Parts: sequence; C-alpha cells; structure tokens
Amino acid sequence: MKRLLDWLDHRTGYRRLSHEALYENIPGGARWRYVWGSTLVFCLTVQFITGLFLWMAYSPSSLSAWESVFVIQHEITGGWLLRGIHHFTASVMNVLLVLHLMQVVIDGAYKAPRELNFWFGIVLLNLVLALSLTGYLLPWDQKGFWATRVATNLLSIVPLAGPALQKLVLGGTDYGHHTLTRFFALHAGFLPMALVSLIVAHIWLFRRHGITARTPLRRPDQAFWPDQVLKDAVACLAVMAAVLFLVLRPWLFQTGEELGAELGAPADPSNPYKAARPEWYFLFLFQFLKYFPGQTEIVGAVIIPSLLMGVIFVMPIIGRWERGHRFNVGLLFALLGGVCLLTWLGMRQDRLDPDYQLAVLEANRETARVKLLAKSPTGIPSTGAASLLRTDPLTAGPKIFASHCASCHRYEGHDGTGKALKEAPTASDLKGFASRAWLSGLLDPDRVASAHYFGGNKFKDGKMVKFVKKDVAGFGSEQKVQLGKVIAALSAEAGLKTQQRQEAQDAAAIAEGRKLITSADMRCTECHTFHKQDEDATAPDLTGYGSRDWLISFLGDPGHDRFYGKRNAGMPAYDKEKTFDLGLVADWLRGEWYEPAATR
Amino acid sequence: MDVINSADPRQRRGFLKRALAVVLGALAGLAPVGAGLMAFLDPLRRREAAAEGMIRVASLEALPEDGVPRKFAVIATHTDAWNKFPAVPIGAVYLRRTGPAAVHALNVTCPHAGCFVEFVSARGGFLCPCHNSTFAVDGKINDSKSPSPRALDELAVEIRNQDEIWVRFQNFRAGTAQKLPVS
Repeated sequence: MKRLLDWLDHRTGYRRLSHEALYENIPGGARWRYVWGSTLVFCLTVQFITGLFLWMAYSPSSLSAWESVFVIQHEITGGWLLRGIHHFTASVMNVLLVLHLMQVVIDGAYKAPRELNFWFGIVLLNLVLALSLTGYLLPWDQKGFWATRVATNLLSIVPLAGPALQKLVLGGTDYGHHTLTRFFALHAGFLPMALVSLIVAHIWLFRRHGITARTPLRRPDQAFWPDQVLKDAVACLAVMAAVLFLVLRPWLFQTGEELGAELGAPADPSNPYKAARPEWYFLFLFQFLKYFPGQTEIVGAVIIPSLLMGVIFVMPIIGRWERGHRFNVGLLFALLGGVCLLTWLGMRQDRLDPDYQLAVLEANRETARVKLLAKSPTGIPSTGAASLLRTDPLTAGPKIFASHCASCHRYEGHDGTGKALKEAPTASDLKGFASRAWLSGLLDPDRVASAHYFGGNKFKDGKMVKFVKKDVAGFGSEQKVQLGKVIAALSAEAGLKTQQRQEAQDAAAIAEGRKLITSADMRCTECHTFHKQDEDATAPDLTGYGSRDWLISFLGDPGHDRFYGKRNAGMPAYDKEKTFDLGLVADWLRGEWYEPAATR
Repeated sequence: MDVINSADPRQRRGFLKRALAVVLGALAGLAPVGAGLMAFLDPLRRREAAAEGMIRVASLEALPEDGVPRKFAVIATHTDAWNKFPAVPIGAVYLRRTGPAAVHALNVTCPHAGCFVEFVSARGGFLCPCHNSTFAVDGKINDSKSPSPRALDELAVEIRNQDEIWVRFQNFRAGTAQKLPVS
C-alpha cells in the first residue's frame, strides 16, 4: 500500500497538495464563526449532486417541463426527496450567503489585501441569485411562470438594451420552448460553470491571504484539519438537517401539503394567475416595487438595487476611511433590516388580502385537480398537462359561467367560482339544472316567481308562472302524485349522471310521467313540444330537456323557434360568439366530469 | 500515517476528532446522494406494462394468397414516461398466409440487435440490414453464418369473425438464444 501511494505521490505530488489543503494554519484556533464559507461550498455540492440527478429526469420544453417534474415528484422513487432537497437547499443557501457576507464585513475580512476576493464574493452572490431565479421557472408551473414573467418584463425597462435583453433571455418575443431551453442552459450550464471557476479563485485567494482571525486571539493556533473541519462538518450536518426538516415539514406537522417542493398547476398563458409571487427571498423586491408608481418603476427595479449593490461593491474602499468600517457594518444591518421589513410587509399584505387568499385557494384547487387528471387512465395527452385543465368541465365550466353567464344567472347563489355578487340575478339559478330537485322548485307555486327561477325577468308575469301559481296550486293529492311523475320523466330526459341509479329504479313511474306530459290534464304540450313536431309551440322544446345536446343547442341560440323564439328575454346566442366551448359549460352544469373510481 | 498511541490522551482525542469529522461530513452528504441514487435506480424497479392482449392488426383479405409475407403496423396505446398516446404504432409484424384461414405472425425486430428485418422476395426470406442476419420465410435461421442467436420471434395469432387477424404483440430481448419477453 505504502509503495503504491509513494508511486502516486511521485507522479502527482498529492501529499504536498493535501497537506497544504488540510494544514492551513488558523490563528487563534478553530471557531464557529468561520463555518459559513464551508457550509456554502457544501450547499453548492448538494445542488450539483441533486441537480445532476434531477437533470436525468427533467425535460425542458413547454409541453414536457411540468410533466417531467410531475413524474419526478409523484412517480420516481425518492424523486420528491431529491427535488425537495434541491429546492430547500437553494432557500437555505440564500440565508447562508447573507450570514457569510455579514461575517466577512463585521470581521473586516474585505479590507486590503482581500478586496479582490470580496468582489469575487459579491459576484458569486449575484450568480447564486441568478441560479435561484432561473431555477424557479424550470418546473413551468403557474407560480414560476407568472413570477418569471414579471421578472423578465422588468428586464425590458432597462434603458436602451432592455427589450433586446429580454428577447435574448426569452429566446424570442414570447414565452415557450426556447425560454425553457435557455433558462435551463443558464441554470445547469453557464451559471454553474461561472460559479465553479469563481469559487476556485475565491478559495485560492482566501488561502493566499489566510483567514481574517478575530482578535484578540483567545487560544493557540490550530490547523484546519481536523479542528476547523469538525466544526464545519457539524455545521454542514445542521444545514442538511434544516433542509430535511423543511422537506418533511408537511409530514412532521400533518399539514396535508405535499412532501418536498411545491408543484402548482401547469403554466397556462391564457389563465392569469392572481396568486403570482416570487420565491420568498425575492419578496422584498416585489414589495419594494409597489412603492414606485407609473413611470418611476425603473427607479425601484433597476436604479436603487444597482446603486445599493454598487455601494456594497465599493465597501473595501469605504473601509479605508476612519469611520468607513463602521459605516459599512451599519449599512449592511440597515439593508438587512429593510429587506426583513419589506418581506414582512409583503407577507402581511397578502395575509390580509381576501382576493389574494381566494386566488391561492383557487390555485390549490387547480393543482389538486390537474394531479388527479394526470393520474387518470387517460393520462397526460401529447398536448401537455395544461390542456387537461382547459378541457376539464369542473375547472373551465365555472370560469366560463362567471365571465359569460353570471351577469344574469347564478350558480347556487354565486358566480360559479364561489364569488358572491352584489347585483340581484335577472335569470334563474342553474345549480342542478334539470334535476328533479330543480324542476320541483320550478313547479312549486311558492318558488316559481322567486329570484331563483323566473322572478328576475319578464317571465315572472308569463304563462308558465301563471300556470304554476294557479293550476298547480290547485292540484289535488292525486294530481300531485302525477306531477311527481311528470318531474321524474322530464328530468330523465337530461340523463344526469347523479340520477342514474334512481332513474333505473323508477323506470315505471318515468314511463307513466312521459305519457302524462302529453296528456291534456297536465297541459304541458299546450305550449311546449315533447317528442313530437308541433308548429304552434311557443315555449322551449322539452324533448331531451337538459341533455348535453339540448343544452348546447339552447346556449347556441336561445332565440331559436325550438326554444324561446321571439319571446327570448335577452339571452345572447353563444354560438355566434365562439369564445368558449359550449360543451364545457353544458358538461359542468350537468355534473359530467372525471372523478376517480372510489377506492376502498 | 500517524501512529495512534492510545496511551496518550491528546493523540486519542485527535483521532476521535478526525473520525467524527469524517463521519459527520459523510452523514451530511448521505441524504442528497441517497435521494439521487434512488431516483437514478428507479428504472430497475419498473416493469414493462403487461401486454395489452390481442390487438387487431389487419384483415385476412389484405394478405396475398400465395403466402408472401406482408408488413403491418401494430396500433395501440403507448405510454412514454408522462405522455399517453392513444392509437399510435408501437411496432410492426410480418403476416403470412399458411392456409385459407391460417396466418403466421413474426415480430419484425431482428433478435440479434433489434433492427427491423425486411422481406426480400429475390431471396425468398428475411434480411436484416444491420448485420446481414438472414431468415427463411417462416422465420427460421437459414444460414449458419447468420449473426442472429435465434429465429425471428413468432407471435400468437387468432382469426376472429372469419376475417380479422388479431395478434398478441410482444417484444423479446435481443441477443439471447432463448426467446424472453422484455419486461
């Protein structure tokens, strides 16, 4: 063994090298306050290891980035842990960077002859921030997408070069495949390479000048190995423990969140994300921008941050003056205080903002929904996971309802998305449309003229309301039973999923009800049509009432002779607008959307 | 190497420090490396989804009466990591009539190294364009110099409703003398 090592040493000189690396003298002995640099090198190593493994499963394109991260998070063994460690180490690293900077400035380690190394450090700080920023986009979820959109749009306000710079970063004028390929190349290629070369220089210069010992020296000198290494190892272990704590927090406290890093709903440029926020360590900048109205944005986004970075950069020069060092330390604490204050203000404003809280709830709902759809038997189509939500009635239906229908109609009293509206409705509440319960209300003399049905528009004085209020109100007990059968039969026309079992049981009553609808006693076909052509019909066709086809035709043209004809109370014909998929609203109103089979 | 003299407490403390530094350092690195290796080795844990059963490939009348093989694509649902593609080609088969209502099916994949073989009518058999493996029309190796370790892989066939040819499509491991399904 010794001969082999001698041979190796003769060829490489590794003994001298390792001796130099390990037996660096530390004046005054090993101390805890010197561990920050080592913990940062440790974090960086962790990011390299986890990053390389993540790279093996990640695919940078707008149709596959979210999807591949979904597989990492939910299908690959240990993927959530790997991603969680990478994500939270990035967070922890930003804290450690600040601590390292504080220690260097407080101990005066930036003064001559170490200025150059301080500057290297500041560049390294910016590189790590750039890594955080580029990494935030890579999962291509709503949160990362909209936050990065804001960040890159700010880039465009940089004087002269801004728009070109933005185009270069995005790989074009719009966000897409090339944005991801570029961000990924920056995140996993250029930035790490720059970082490593600078760190080598940083550590080499650090070793050249030696550690800036805290005076007075309290103990005799020690060597780096093993005394300082032991302290460094303990600190690194503590850092990893903190990271693992953050990864496992949902499990430790049973918060119901997912383990590891969050993955929101897939990015969708057509679906604005009101809960967009940067990662917490950039929140102070986000908050800071709120104080710069209109055209002064550039001051908050570019000028002031650049100036402050510039002041930090010249700290070694300021430090030469008599009170320079004190000024530097004071400035650093003031900056840190400012950052903390802005972060706190930002968080507090969000906490107190009901709209933001609603947006977060909606985002969580969409996240849960898309995961369910991605795991469904049909899986993720080649058009990407974002299309799963766009074509999902449960997700898209309420939004379409809120923007197109809720100006007149309501859904269980709200606009479909859960938001209450101040104005009184002028058309019926469509929750449970065509169901037995809904029809029973319509045929109830006490309710037919309420705001829930015809109370909000001209139909409140119409024939239907009169019929219900007079004729139905006067029904005897036998006729009431018949009415029940009519309701069952009419509701069966819709073929609602929720009533399937009930309708199979009531087949006989439904058959009877069908006959009753056309009977003279019930008077339905005096105005309506039912499975028979009737030129004189003046009220909506009851054939297939509430079925998918009926709803799509109705929404397409309610003023058609088959429906309200000229008596239409101002409902638009949506097939002329072609702004949304009528089938999505129809399916949502009918309760037709994917639900996983109940597992027992 | 320093000689550890356990009688000297200072030396012993030095050794303890060294050992502790190494152990703690290794512990700190355990989680990221472990998680990375777990994810890296994940494919070993996965099995090919079980064959979908019989797939309808062609109709009987599409096959020449004279027993010349014809190639057909096999269309089925394909899962690629996160994507599911309904009705895409997942492979191909050579079908050959062996009787009025009898069909012989071969996977087009050469068992040598996985290239697709071609039927060459001048030779009256199959030729692999990669390493010149040759096979007879029934799939058997017909030349002792052929690099393929086994004959072309035969697939189970069923004729349904008189005219439909259904095949149990499967891929087999390349390079082995035995016919082992890919799993």
